Amino acid sequence: MVKKYIKKDRVIPGFGLTMGITLFMLSFLILLPLLSVMVFSLKLTPHEFITLITKENVINSFQTSILCSFVAAVVNCFFGVILAWVLVRYDFPGKRIMDGLIELPFALPTAVAGITLSKLYSDTGILGKPLAQLGFKISYTKAGLLIALVFIGLPFVVRAIQPVLEKLDPQYEEAAYILGAGKVKTFLKVILPELRPALWTGFGLAFARGMGEYGSVIYISGNSAREKTQVISYVIMQKLNYVDYAGATAIALIMLIISFLILLVINMIQICQSRRTNFI
Amino acid sequence: MKKTKNLRLTFLLFGTALILSGCAKTTTTATDGKLTITNASYDPTREFYMAYNEKFEAYYKNKTGKEIEVIQSHGGSGSQARSVIEGAGADVVTLALAHDITLIEKAGLIEPDWIKEFKDNSAPYTSTIVFLVRKGNEKGIKDWDDLIREGVSVITPDPKSSGGACWNFLGAWYYAGKQFNGDETQMKNFMSKLYSNVTVMDPGARGATTTFVENGQGDVLIAWENEAIMATEEYPDKFEIVSPSMSILAQPSVAIVDENADKNNTQEAAKEYLDYLYTDEAQKIIGEYGYRPSNQSVLKEFSSKFDLNMKLCTIDDFGGWDAAYEKFFADGGIFDEIYEN
Amino acid sequence: MKKDKRRESQGVKWLLIGISVLFMAVMLVLPLVSVIVNSFSLGIPFYVRSLQAEFTRSALKVTLLAAVIAVTVNTFFGIGAAWVITKFSFKGKQILAALIDIPFSISPVIAGLAFLMTFGRLGWANSPITQLNQWLGTDIKIVFALPGVILATIFVTFPFVSREIIPVLHAQGTDEEEAAALMGASGFYIFRKITFPHIKWALVYGVILCTARALGEFGAVNALSKARGKTFTLPLEIDALYLSGSSDSITAAFAVSSLLVIMAITVIAVRNILEYQSGKKEKSV
Repeated sequence: MVKKYIKKDRVIPGFGLTMGITLFMLSFLILLPLLSVMVFSLKLTPHEFITLITKENVINSFQTSILCSFVAAVVNCFFGVILAWVLVRYDFPGKRIMDGLIELPFALPTAVAGITLSKLYSDTGILGKPLAQLGFKISYTKAGLLIALVFIGLPFVVRAIQPVLEKLDPQYEEAAYILGAGKVKTFLKVILPELRPALWTGFGLAFARGMGEYGSVIYISGNSAREKTQVISYVIMQKLNYVDYAGATAIALIMLIISFLILLVINMIQICQSRRTNFI
Repeated sequence: MKKTKNLRLTFLLFGTALILSGCAKTTTTATDGKLTITNASYDPTREFYMAYNEKFEAYYKNKTGKEIEVIQSHGGSGSQARSVIEGAGADVVTLALAHDITLIEKAGLIEPDWIKEFKDNSAPYTSTIVFLVRKGNEKGIKDWDDLIREGVSVITPDPKSSGGACWNFLGAWYYAGKQFNGDETQMKNFMSKLYSNVTVMDPGARGATTTFVENGQGDVLIAWENEAIMATEEYPDKFEIVSPSMSILAQPSVAIVDENADKNNTQEAAKEYLDYLYTDEAQKIIGEYGYRPSNQSVLKEFSSKFDLNMKLCTIDDFGGWDAAYEKFFADGGIFDEIYEN
Repeated sequence: MKKDKRRESQGVKWLLIGISVLFMAVMLVLPLVSVIVNSFSLGIPFYVRSLQAEFTRSALKVTLLAAVIAVTVNTFFGIGAAWVITKFSFKGKQILAALIDIPFSISPVIAGLAFLMTFGRLGWANSPITQLNQWLGTDIKIVFALPGVILATIFVTFPFVSREIIPVLHAQGTDEEEAAALMGASGFYIFRKITFPHIKWALVYGVILCTARALGEFGAVNALSKARGKTFTLPLEIDALYLSGSSDSITAAFAVSSLLVIMAITVIAVRNILEYQSGKKEKSV
């Protein structure tokens, strides 16, 4: 089967082997378990399915999750580029420590992160108190949700950009600089296009991770249906607590399709981009 | 090309071996000859069962000469029921409400009529719903109707995901029923006002307690009596309990998970475990941990701990759990109605 | 003129550093400091005692086991997947790449459920496993046992390594490998001599991300592991301690959390040292 796809002009060896590993592990560890859970959503008739996913609280939760993950990913891209730039290009005391700290959001269990953040930003917390006096309520609002998502998404963006930035040849910049382009222009016209695939990747991953996040979000968001601070994972959990597998998996299916499409688009952009840059 | 194929085969074998070796590891866990039973319970019982299990293990050794170890598992009542259905081989379940055990029964793991297997509807201890307020009770909260006043911030978990929160809702509903002589429009109006004062809705009862106690949110927490007692014992100068004029008798139920107990050969030990809950010794531990003992004479010994004058309704006043779930908490039920308006 | 520009760029430099430091301080350092401060709030002896508790020790073992296996499996997989995606063109490549990324966006709640519905009591693989057990006289369990914990950890960290390598390999292109292959080098040789030096640091990043995530995973494992002291990982133990409600056990929960933080910092420090040493070597050559 695989042989059929191997074209004559493929000179690099190892296609069969690596394809074999990839497909085997992907299907065994990821797709098979996912399929067995998705089977439950087939127990609904199309009509039931539509009614379920068009319920107000379900639609609201999709809006909330998508909106907040999107904004959080944008914020992360902005600060991610600055952080990566600073870490790669500048030397200053404490740089190594800063570099090391980037991954820590992963290592902290999401539940601990959620509890800690909700405490810090609640109106009795260290950060929440001054903000509350200024009239900003963070914990138990969408703003809190956003902070939790920025927290968990940051490493994705920084770590996607950093290696590419390191590989980037400073000669381009110098050339642009000598030709009279300003710093900002050099960055926008020369560096940013090079970073774009990595930036998309980081954005996509932070976004995708935010869509599925549960542990860190539930403690800080307040989970109010009225204030639209329920995320998709929370609504799925509600259904599961009523042993409504069909309902829970139906929502999960939609979530899966949305994120699959997003990931697909991002991968396509990435692959196109690299093809273009390779032929210059 | 042939070489690649061989390599690919090696890889497949390697992958499979890796996974199998992972599987093989667990086979060695429960073979030291000691009898073990697993008790799947809900969140607030953590401390109580830790104390009870120790007592029971000594008692069992004394009575039968055999060593026994009780493994505890805790979580939200609903999700514990679900994990038993999905195969978490618990021998006994001790959950927050009978409905969660009924779910396991419907999945075929527990024989019907389990509720008659033990005394007092298989509820060896009960509790009720009270208010926890900050010391001094600045907002002057005395009863349910104080919770709907403007400017009172209420903390209660989401009935859509927490068993305890269902008891809270039904307690308030019962009060509203008495207040408005069963006029449902006015009752819904009352509930609607109450839930619009809820500022943080956590997914579980323990989470709500944390929000109120540790994060300092809200003026009043609608809580299990045992949770409220625990919080005031932990921080005597920060919180006090307010007992409303009426509330609901919460009956956490216990049952043997027959399918698992038969498979593990633990029927006899599991029955012993749950029977022992009804002895005077165990009932005293129950009282010490803030639950109301079902044994009336033991309950009297702890009368200083509980407000026994509260008028309590039971789930039967709502036609049993199945009917109550359908009417109040299912999608499109009364909770959705009052909460969305 | 020239001087002006340099001064301006110095200004930009410190401005950017300032923004980064401030952002990191508020978003990352403050939460971490608050974890550490909380964990010592009852003094050092209490801290040490919480870490020596039997449950904590067992959870540490389970966490390390799961993390090591997950990282090994995923590194192995990640290199293979990155190679196939970047070095060859074939139909459905984008779809394959997107499928690999799926675990990023799946709610951990569903990830746990996926294994329950495969290997659990309601799953289709349950009866073959039961039969196998009867046949072999064993008691193999997948979910609510260690293999389930390991599988769930592999699941949530699945794309991490491949994700880090792919952009670098894309940027590098395929020319060098093609040239080497035309000159008759074997696949493994090409990988070792040409590709690996390019992806070395990306691979290390990937492994670190993967390790960190494996150590901290909560949601998916929570669904599959119910026995404290047997199959609990550190995050589950932290949750159990936190929900125990008394202020002592909450402090203990933070103490155990700080253990995870320390482990993560150690991994990251090792990476930094490696990078530093190899940087020195490269310079001296």
